Amino acid sequence: MSGERRTPQSLPVLPEAPADPGRRSFMRTAAAGAAVAALSGCGLEDFFRKSFRELSKGDVQKVLASLERKHSAKYGRAVTVSGAPAQPGVEFGYGLDLSRCVGCRRCVYACVKENNQSRKNPQIHWIRVLEMDKARGVDLAHAEVYYEADQVPRPGHFYMPVQCQQCRNPPCVKVCPVQATWKEPDGIVVVDYDWCIGCRCCMSACPYGARHFNWAEPTLPKEELNPVTHYLGNRPRPKGVVEKCTFCIQRTRAGRYPACVEVCPVGARKFGNLLDPESEIRRVMDTKRVFVFKEELATHPQFYYFYAT
Amino acid sequence: MSGILGFLRGCARLVARGNRAYYAWLGVLAAAILIGLLAYAHQFRTGLIATNMRDQVSWAFYVGNFTFLVGVAAAAVLLVIPAYVYEWEPIKEVVILGELLAVSAITMCLLFILVDMGRPDRFLHILPLLGSPNWPHSMLTWDALVLNGYLALNLTVVVHILYKGYRGEHYNRKLIVPLVLASIPGAVSIHTVTAFLYNGMAARPFWNASILAPRFIASAFCSGPAVMIILFQILRKTTRIAVKDEAIFKVAELMAYAMFVNLFLLGAEVFKEYYSATEHLLYTQYLWSGIGPHRALVPFAWLALACSVSAFLLFLVPRTRRNFVTLNAGCVLIWAGVYIEKGMGLVIPGMTPDTLGEIYEYRPTATEWAIAAGIFGVGFLVFTVLVKVAVPIMTGTFQAPDRAADHPSPGKSAAVA
Ligand code: SF4
Ligand code: SF4
Repeated sequence: MSGERRTPQSLPVLPEAPADPGRRSFMRTAAAGAAVAALSGCGLEDFFRKSFRELSKGDVQKVLASLERKHSAKYGRAVTVSGAPAQPGVEFGYGLDLSRCVGCRRCVYACVKENNQSRKNPQIHWIRVLEMDKARGVDLAHAEVYYEADQVPRPGHFYMPVQCQQCRNPPCVKVCPVQATWKEPDGIVVVDYDWCIGCRCCMSACPYGARHFNWAEPTLPKEELNPVTHYLGNRPRPKGVVEKCTFCIQRTRAGRYPACVEVCPVGARKFGNLLDPESEIRRVMDTKRVFVFKEELATHPQFYYFYAT
Repeated sequence: MSGILGFLRGCARLVARGNRAYYAWLGVLAAAILIGLLAYAHQFRTGLIATNMRDQVSWAFYVGNFTFLVGVAAAAVLLVIPAYVYEWEPIKEVVILGELLAVSAITMCLLFILVDMGRPDRFLHILPLLGSPNWPHSMLTWDALVLNGYLALNLTVVVHILYKGYRGEHYNRKLIVPLVLASIPGAVSIHTVTAFLYNGMAARPFWNASILAPRFIASAFCSGPAVMIILFQILRKTTRIAVKDEAIFKVAELMAYAMFVNLFLLGAEVFKEYYSATEHLLYTQYLWSGIGPHRALVPFAWLALACSVSAFLLFLVPRTRRNFVTLNAGCVLIWAGVYIEKGMGLVIPGMTPDTLGEIYEYRPTATEWAIAAGIFGVGFLVFTVLVKVAVPIMTGTFQAPDRAADHPSPGKSAAVA
């Protein structure tokens, strides 16, 4: 994980040159001025700030820089907050092989680590793995999330991980009263944590339980922070707002795999660009029968389940 | 301008003065509000973790109370229609009380939404220009719009009529009649939009039934007037407001019809769920019989049904409808029935089991109860203060001092009660 390459350092420091210098160079300049420039983040300015999507390019950089300063100070190490936009010609798709998944939940914990989720009280998991009975098929009424992980896979059962399906017709986006959540051009449904009012309409609307609320101040130990973050992804969240899986926007927009794909020990998780005929996800779609979860709701997920064997 | 100052000073004097029972009542309300404030301070500091809501049940008690109170606010329309449209005398004098009730109910609604927000400091984000309202897609944006519109409408009507009454002038028909007419669709729309807030969510089959909005309206037409009937009796005992028995019985009769429709629609829904017995039956089952060991709502569901049915019978039979003991018992029963049904009975089973089939049994925490008590305290206080001013104006004991000179009118002169 790229987060582990960085050693904790004291302020002010320049973050290491990120993978894509062109896109992130502004951050270095921003972080350099960190020591003195704490003033722009005053309460009133936040109060009257515009939503992320309405900010001008210059203001975006200011906001990102001020967040970097804030987080770096709080966690005692250099934190980068990227604002990398979607790349043209990219639409992410996810494939999950149900015949391979063994229910080990390594993806769940890799996700927690990569995405700086609250560790306990409350514990937030963006991925939930459902244990289901083979004889019943996909039957939520008999699904179990709290199974014992050391006995998996249990005979007669199969495992179905569920996370944000990045719906093409996302009900969560439609209901948000303040446009704090939207679908990006590369298909990732994101939340602006600085704009969300915490009404939880989107949680009521999501058919996949993919959205999670910060019921309390998230508990994220300093030493466990992943300092490579994205504004719309894994940057530390305040209490009282909603968060969710973003296909690891901070990684995938930099050309890497999501953490859950990387960690899966049985290779049940596939990821790629739906618009690229050579991509892994397209190979899955061309050679396997795929299905989407709760198809009847017409959410049209960008997340596909399949049985490879 | 000095007229308005005098009016306000007179109002303050009216509110400050009262008998011992009045002060005791204010004391009770103040205590409730204080408890609510303390509880809210705690919740604000620790976050909504102070409630028992969790990701599985992410809306609960606050939203339930909000829904119930929208119904109470909407019910003012039941009294407004006959009074203004048909110039129906016996009720006219009490319409104003219905509107005062609507004002205080909406105040409570807005407070319940505020305490339910994760980031109340960002409420500006829903406003046009300053924020970025998701209009017309989000039902919550619509709800904020119609609720505030309805509040403004009722406040305008009430303040205008009362101030004119104080000045001894006739209210401006050109202003008031269109506003009152607009408040009729307004009342229907606040409850419909609130129903649509739930109704539009395909992820929650328990709410995703087109019968939901009609059920909301029907139950509002029961719960709102139930509060009014009790209030009328209190007011005519404690003040000089004369509410004729005839008016009360008429309202009770209308309520009987509304209750029939409400129960019928409920029956239609229950039939559909149990007879077709799809996977969506689960939520109805959770409400009425529980799922395995999870039975938190079952006693409430049956209690609510028992209340509603017995109230319906009491209101249906003319003899019990015209007897104040049974009438009042019926009002309390219907109130309890709708409160449970619209509160816990609507929101919780909509969320249990959650979208991935998990059952999380929700019960409100002490903090939630305390905050709710505080908000009801505020609502009752608003209503008490409004009534304290409105009643002397309506009975002619609170009038402008210069009224006799400026506007010769029959009746008493400078008497500020
Ligand atoms: S899965 Fe849920 S959170 Fe994700 S896009 Fe669909 S509705 Fe929104
Ligand atoms: S909780 Fe936040 S993201 Fe979700 S609907 Fe409300 S404001 Fe929008």
